[in-house]
Order: sequence, then structure tokens, then C-alpha cells
Amino acid sequence: MIKANTKPRAPALEALHVSKSFGGNKALDDVTLKVDAGSFHALLGENGAGKSTLVKCIMGFYQADKGQLLFSGKEAQIQSPREAHALGIGMVYQHFTLVPCLTAAENLVISRPDTPMVIDWAAERAQLETFMETMPFRVRLDAQVATLSAGEKQKLEILKLLYLDQRFLILDEPTSVLTPAEADEVLGVLGEMARRGEVSVLMISHKFREVTAFCDSFTVLRRGKFAGSGDARNANVAELSAMMIGDAGVRPPAIREPTVPEGPELELRGISARDEEGRALVSDLSFNVRSGEILGIAGVSGNGQSALVELLSGQRPVARGELRVNGAVFEPTRRNFDRFKVFGLPEEPLRNAVVPRMSVAENIAFRSFDKPPVARRFGLISPAGIRRRGAELIRQFNVQTSSPDAPIETLSGGNVQRSVLARELSGDVDILIVSNPCFGLDFASVADIRSKIMDCRNRGAAVLLISEDLDEIFEMSDKIAVMSDGRLSDPVPVAQTDARRVGNLLAGQSGLSAPKPDRA
Amino acid sequence: MSDAIFMVLMAMLGGAIRVSTPFLLVALGETLTEKSGRINLGLEGNLVLGAMIAYATSYSTGSPWLGVLAAGLAGMVLSAGHGWICKLPKVNDIAVGIAFMNLGTGLAFFFGKPFIQPTAPRLDAIALGAWSSNPQVQQALKVNPLFFVGLGLAVLLWWMLKNTRWGLIIRMTGDSAASARAMGVSVDRVRLLATSAGGFFAGIGGAFLSLYYPGSWSESLSSGQGLMAVALVIFARWNPIRCVWAALLFGASGALGPALQSIGFSKGYYFFNAAPYILTLVIMVLSARSQKAAHEAPGELSIVK
Repeated sequence: MIKANTKPRAPALEALHVSKSFGGNKALDDVTLKVDAGSFHALLGENGAGKSTLVKCIMGFYQADKGQLLFSGKEAQIQSPREAHALGIGMVYQHFTLVPCLTAAENLVISRPDTPMVIDWAAERAQLETFMETMPFRVRLDAQVATLSAGEKQKLEILKLLYLDQRFLILDEPTSVLTPAEADEVLGVLGEMARRGEVSVLMISHKFREVTAFCDSFTVLRRGKFAGSGDARNANVAELSAMMIGDAGVRPPAIREPTVPEGPELELRGISARDEEGRALVSDLSFNVRSGEILGIAGVSGNGQSALVELLSGQRPVARGELRVNGAVFEPTRRNFDRFKVFGLPEEPLRNAVVPRMSVAENIAFRSFDKPPVARRFGLISPAGIRRRGAELIRQFNVQTSSPDAPIETLSGGNVQRSVLARELSGDVDILIVSNPCFGLDFASVADIRSKIMDCRNRGAAVLLISEDLDEIFEMSDKIAVMSDGRLSDPVPVAQTDARRVGNLLAGQSGLSAPKPDRA
Repeated sequence: MSDAIFMVLMAMLGGAIRVSTPFLLVALGETLTEKSGRINLGLEGNLVLGAMIAYATSYSTGSPWLGVLAAGLAGMVLSAGHGWICKLPKVNDIAVGIAFMNLGTGLAFFFGKPFIQPTAPRLDAIALGAWSSNPQVQQALKVNPLFFVGLGLAVLLWWMLKNTRWGLIIRMTGDSAASARAMGVSVDRVRLLATSAGGFFAGIGGAFLSLYYPGSWSESLSSGQGLMAVALVIFARWNPIRCVWAALLFGASGALGPALQSIGFSKGYYFFNAAPYILTLVIMVLSARSQKAAHEAPGELSIVK
């Protein structure tokens, strides 16, 4: 182990002319990234632009085909994440790497390469306490990681890197699970540490607000190529998005047509649900969604939105309360979905809405395979009919697949999403429930899917949109409500609210303003 | 009447200590294995093979303690086989476990045939009841040293899982293989070692069966105790200390039938003898519904995922 004080505090890193191919696919093509010592650098790009591939090359998960890596000015050959750690490069991944059953203290101690055979907990505790004293944020040391909130886990991940004395931090979309206030706190603190020259930070992000507010420099990748870099403090959003998207231009927002609030209506009255251990997931939800209206529910992941969608789709029992569609009590069963024309697009469709190994056509037929015209007399199912209808919808919804018979798991995320939309939106829709419909999709798919949802609204459907993406909520919704800790704020017309108010509600502070972190 | 109740209670206490020992040793072995993220259903095979090897070794060398050691080693080799096969890609640990259960018992029956008749030197018990003039108390408190080995092991395992690097690595491997790999831990090796050590404990459990209680080698010696011990681990929620209490409870329920018979109450004898099996079923149903158990289960177990 190199002693902490012999190591330069904030290292610089340069990745020069890096190329990496997977099969015939060029994931990175002559990309150069320079992160100065003590800077807070943003790496921007759309999904699939090559950001992850680049950091994985730096971390030693992949070996670049071409290119050079300079760490603190010296050439470095990093063959494995272990070697990266030894150099002092640490990464916080999008999925947490903490061990859920161990406590925070145990996680920190075992992450050290020199954990003693017999751990003297009294001494370790004392050391950890002193370490925590010097840190800008704290985490309860005795708490089992499984019981920590997403924000606390994220902080613990960062603390772990600092505890291991890793001074070059790579963060992969670190704020996706945090409230805006938590995100500001974490990023603000990292920014200050960087300014003091204690760390250098490379952050993968696609949130312009965070980049311009906290970072000092940025690099943009587009389809595996270097698309630009510069000073983040004076970058403007239009410039950045043009670099990210390139020739595609700025996406036109989905067209909203005037509608009359008459027709189908989804109503929730005092709905509560509990998890398997009896803790409240959602409490006393009451709201209605009218015809020709999109109600957007904003919220940070894990505040009960998934439970709400599960309730509506029949995946989770309702503990108390009543669901109504068009005034009649609605029990979420397949028969009732058809009767009331309720359709849905759950989050992570590959997990929640399709059978991965069944074909695209079969997946598209889930709602119609046993009904005419696909099914024939005596309830016999017609595979040819399923295939024909599937092929039709695949064309109509522009699903990119090698054939209607390809297993749906072989499709890209956007095309799985389109297949589900093809299934759910091909008929008459009265009620539509969508959850994070554009999560992880590329630019073209996002525009496409949003406009399909908007069309549905324009035709008079009542749409419930649950999303963690505030921009999406503001673009799509007629009314906005915020979910925090299983409770829902009153829906407000979109014109009467703004991002700041919604942000405060996200943090569960019902209208009170969030304390702003000190920023120089 | 109160005399009869006293007799039943003393018989059950003695029975609990006696019967619980193999349960405890197998359960501790299984706890260690499952903490590392694998299930070894083959420990029934270790138990039977251990019993046979212990008896044979004790018979041929004259030293029952050498038999105990040999039984542990045999169990370790058997479980190392399990651990080794399970690290091959796409192998299911439960299926392999069932195969090893049959392999262990099969080997024991095959090599054990010549040892069914002869008498081997047995392990001696420690008489802890000498202070009492009551013969029932004296009888109940004749405790085999292997029981104390089990107790010591339970405490040691509990301490090890909490306070040593190995302990944390085993728990980490059992809860999140991805995190373990990210820290450069060889998940397969940890599991191989944990499974082998667990097999050693189970083998010792077998030695107790043939060298102390019932105290001779026969093919119907175990009658599924190794499998019940696996259920017991779930009941004990993967905690070595709770394994002790759970094993005592199983032991007491196993001693219920003979205890009642000893006071001349033989109605429903077979029913009372089935008590441990019924208890297993009840525990399985209850723990399947217990969310706490689900919460404490190592995240990597194939039944939890």
C-alpha cells in the first residue's frame, strides 16, 4: 500500500485518442478526454454515446484497442479495476456495490485491501469516527446498508472511495436516485473538495442543470466520437444539447391539442398499500384523471410510484381504498382491463411487461391472442394470425426487429418499449397508465414515444404519467402532482407551478424552500 | 403424577441434549455453507458417510476420537466435491446437493456392510449429574463431549462471522457476489472452502450417531436428520447461536416419544415419534410466511433469488 501522504492529492487524467470496438461495432472512435488535477469534469452524451465504455476503459474493465492513458502525467496501463484502485482511481457505479447485509462500518472496513484477520471493532470504530469527522457528510455507521435510503447509499459509496484514499473519483450518473436537494448537497460538497485540490472528479451525467451549476469543465461524446469540450461554468444548455444530439436538431415537443374533459375517467379514493413487511408503501392516495388530460406524477425513485403502478396493474393487492373507472368500481383483472379499455406501459418493460424469451409477435398478441379475430372458433389460437397481426403492428409502430419471431429480449430498449406500445395502443384506449416511458432511451425514441402518448391524450384518453424525469413531467402533463414518501400532493395545473416548487415537494418539504448548500 | 411429569421432562432434557447434537453440527455446517451463498442439501450424505467412517475407524483403530476425525475428513472431501462441481457454469447447487446426498449414503452403505455386526469402541459421556442423587437427573446430564464441541463451534462461528476478515468475506460473498468480485474476492474459492468446512462439521455429526447415540452403525441410522437440519437453518435464520436453540427444540421433540414411553404412556407412540418431522413441516410453513426470515436470508441463495 502506498502511504496516503506520498500520493499527490488530486491527480490529473488524460485519455488520448482512445478507440474500442465490440465486434464490428465501434463504441469509441479516437476519443480524447482531459481531466485536470482538482477539476470537476462532466462527461456528457446520450445513451449509447460511449460514456460508459470510455470510463470502463479507464477503470480497466475493458482494454482499449488504441490510445493512451496518462495518469498524473505518467503513462498508465490499467489491466483491471484492482490496478485502477491501486493508482487511486475509484468509481461509483449506477448500481450500488455495497453489500446489503453488512453494516456501513463493515462495508468500509472490508473494502480495505489490508483488513486485519481479526478485526478489533473498538479500534476500527474509533478510526472510522475520526475519518467521518473530516468528511463533509455522515452516514450512520451501525446501520445495515439494506436499511439505508438511496441517498445515504450514494453518500456511503463516495465515502468509501475517500476512505480508501482514492482521489480520482468517477461517478456514473450519481444523482439519478437522489432528490434535487440531496443531489445539490452531494455535488456541492464534491465541487468544494475538488476546488480545494483534494480530489478530481469525472462525472457522467445528462442533466445540464447539474453540469452548469457544479462542474467546471466538460467533454461531450456523440455516437462514440468526441463532440466537444469546454468550460462548464459559461456553457449554455442549447450549446451542450446541440453537441450531444448533433444534426438531429432540437426535438419538437409533442403537440398538445385542446380536449374536452368528458368521457373516461380514472379515480382513486383513499388507496393505501403495504409491502411484504407491513410498512406503508402508499398512503391514502386520492385523485382523478379526466378524459383528454395527462396527470404527471413526479417523484424520486422509491417513493411509492412503483407500488402505485403495481396496484393499478393488479400486481399488488390494495390494502384500503377504491379504484374506479368511469364511476364503476374497477378491479384490475385482465377481463376488466378489456372491459374498461385500460392500458399500461410499466417501467422496465423487459421485466414488467413482456416475456423476454417469447417472440415479438407473441408479446404483441398478449392482449388479443384469445379473442377474435386472432383466435378462431372453439377458442383455438392461430399462430399464423398472431404472426400476421404482429407483423402489421411492428410496421405500424416502427419496431426495429430482425423478424416477428425474434425473441423480444434481443431488441434494444427503445424497440421493446415500442413493441409494448404497439400492444397497448393499437386499439381504443380509455385509460393509459405509463411509468418512466423514456428511461434509458435514445433521442429519437424519446420523441417518438412521447408523441404516441400525447396522441392518445389528444384522442380523449385519461393518461396517468409517472416519471422521475422532471423535464418529461413538465413537457407532457396537464396537471402535476408530486409523490413523496408514499403520499401525493394535490394535483396542480402545470401553468401554476414551476420546477422549484416541484423540487421542494420532491424532498418532502411541502412548499417550504430547501436550504441551499453554500456555494462559492 | 408430578413425578411422572418430572420424569418426562428430565427424559426430554436428556433427549434434547443427546438428539440435538447431530442436528446442531449439521446445521452449523449448513449455516456456514449458506452464508457463503450456496445450499448444500447433500449434508444428509455427509452425516451417513461420517457415521460409517467413524464406526469403521473406531473399530479398526480402537480410538473413537480418531473415528470422529476421520468422519469429519470424509465429510469435508464429500462437500469439497459439491463445492467443486457447483463452480462449473450453469450448475444448480440444489440438484448437485441431492446427487451428493445419494452419493454419500450410497458410499456408506457400500463400504459399511461389513461393520453392521461388530461392536466398535464408543465415545464416553461426561457425567455432569453426579451432584444429584436422582438417577433421572444423572441420566439426563450424561453429556457427550461432542455436544460441547457443537456449542463451542456455534459461538466461534458467530464470532468469526462478525469479527474476522474471513467472516466478512463469507457474508459478502453470500449476499452479493458482484460486490465480492468487485473487491477481488474469488467467489468460487470462498464458497468451496465454506462448503468443505461445513461438510467437516456434518461429518462429525455423523460420528456422534454411530459412536454415541444410538451408538452403532446401521443403514437406517440417520432417517433424514441431515435434511431436517437444513430446514432448521432457515428456522434459525442463519444465526449460529439460534441454531443451538433450534437444535435443542428439534432434539426435545425427537425425545418426546421415547420419554412418554418411559413412563408407560404408549398411546400414539408413532405419532409422537413423528414429532420432529411434523415440527419441520410447521417450521417450513411458518418461516415461508415470516418476512423476517426472508430479510435475513443471504441474498445469493438460489432459493431466495
